[in-house]
Amino acid sequence: MLKIQKLHIGIFAFFIISFPFVISRIPALGNYTNIMVFAGIYTIITIGLSLFIGYAGQISLGHAAFFGIGAYTSGILTARFGINPWMCLIIGIFIVSVIAFLVGAPSLKLKGHYLAMATLAFGIIVYIIFNQELEYTGGPDGMTGIPGLSLFALKLNSVEKYYFFVWGIVFAAFLFTINLIQSRTGRALRAIHASEAAASAMGINVPRFKLIVFIYSAILASLAGSLYAHYINFINPSSFDLFFAIKLLIMIALGGMHSIWGAIVGAVLITFLNYEWLHFFKEFEVIIYGAILLLVTIFLPDGLVGIPGIIKKFVKRKL
Amino acid sequence: MKEELKENILEVENLAMVFGGLTALTDTKFQLKKGTIKAIIGPNGAGKTTLYNIITGFLSPTRGNVWFKGQKISNLKPHEIAIRGISRSFQTIELFDNMTVLENVMVGCHSRIKMSFFASGMGFGTVKKKEEQIRSRALDVLKFIGLSDKYNEMADSLPLGEQKYLEIGRALASDPELICLDEPAAGLNETETHIASSLIKAIKEKGVTVLLVEHDMKVVMNISDEILVLNNGQVIAEGSPEEIQNNPSVIKAYLGDVTQHA
Repeated sequence: MLKIQKLHIGIFAFFIISFPFVISRIPALGNYTNIMVFAGIYTIITIGLSLFIGYAGQISLGHAAFFGIGAYTSGILTARFGINPWMCLIIGIFIVSVIAFLVGAPSLKLKGHYLAMATLAFGIIVYIIFNQELEYTGGPDGMTGIPGLSLFALKLNSVEKYYFFVWGIVFAAFLFTINLIQSRTGRALRAIHASEAAASAMGINVPRFKLIVFIYSAILASLAGSLYAHYINFINPSSFDLFFAIKLLIMIALGGMHSIWGAIVGAVLITFLNYEWLHFFKEFEVIIYGAILLLVTIFLPDGLVGIPGIIKKFVKRKL
Repeated sequence: MKEELKENILEVENLAMVFGGLTALTDTKFQLKKGTIKAIIGPNGAGKTTLYNIITGFLSPTRGNVWFKGQKISNLKPHEIAIRGISRSFQTIELFDNMTVLENVMVGCHSRIKMSFFASGMGFGTVKKKEEQIRSRALDVLKFIGLSDKYNEMADSLPLGEQKYLEIGRALASDPELICLDEPAAGLNETETHIASSLIKAIKEKGVTVLLVEHDMKVVMNISDEILVLNNGQVIAEGSPEEIQNNPSVIKAYLGDVTQHA
């Protein structure tokens, strides 16, 4: 499984590196590199979420909140207290880890709908806090004045620079997660997905593994939140609401839950729909998302990345 | 450490299990000698699976204790018991059907070869080495259970017999000192049953102690060193296969009271 993917990873890297150069020559698509920055930020979340949902078989509607906590930690500490952005990013990760631990330890004992409800409740509470803590978060109007990032002496002040920076992080998170999946940890997670009883009889500490991967995915969401805040320099609660939590689920469902590739494909497609392609539908875009989720769950349980497999099966049968 | 436990790998002490108003086990006790095969038989609902679930940590007993190699294990969690060296198979097949045959057995190695979350994510050289170790160990197990050539098939695509062997193989991969098999021959045809029996005997020859719950009396009588008979949550007889076959209370439990009608 690992060996064959080297080719895929190579093609993926080539596509990402050449994308801005190609786009910059097509004036009509001038905004696409900018959208790809957001796609990259969301991909960082969906990679972790795919591990938690697709591989370990759990569910979370709370990751929009972790994304928000990362963004607000970076936003508040840099804009209001003038702390170094990198420091804030790390503080955000630390805070989110602690919260994920406190939320996850009791709620991961729940399964299915109950876990969904618990994480949903957590997401809503955090959303309310973003709205109500006017003094720090600016409430529903949001907060401005969040500085950009610099990498040592290099100011990440253009779309292209930020693009490469974000996708570099996506790539690192992707490789880390792929390695995890193909090791003992990944097998343990898939074992938990298939049968918790058998997994624990094999010596797998089921609650611990669930919690670790929950925290890992929360950390990635927090990291993405910080990158988001420093990119658009302005945040308000609506970027972290329940609808966004559901969009994250649609991303991994559309791409394919059982594959990290699916997390990337889904995040990129939904981001483009969200930022560009669905503007035509205005307030009806919600219906499009609903339709996508419906169609994918019925006809493509393995998502878009499952299509080659379906075609292969079809061809085999015809022969 | 209790003195008498040195040759007994497992000691079950006055075990009782009550579910609400239902008493599944009352005052069950027995010892299991290291390196032997002991079968637990009894009519349906006798408490066999409950006993298994207590030994492997899926239930904690209402009263009583389980000792493994002189250590009390009756308050430990399933994975902690697995790490200490007790492995099990399930009555209803609980294979990881989202994985290949080989991967199923590789999961069995979980508690023996460890690597940290961070190291596996970084893909360090030591991790790759350990992964190779796990793989070759799993392949050895597949050879032992005779499924080498099916290593890359999905576990749920195997016929029932091979799924049963795979369950045993996965349990063996954790290198247990005691293996608890729950109806390994249930639903198997004669040939498959024969293979399963020789597999269990081969496990014993490896030095692994076997606890066996099985309804197929031919299997039980053929391979067990000792048999324990449970009825209504109580031990009604214990002894060698010959002793059990001629024990009047066992015959009574299985066939009803024959003497009364005579």
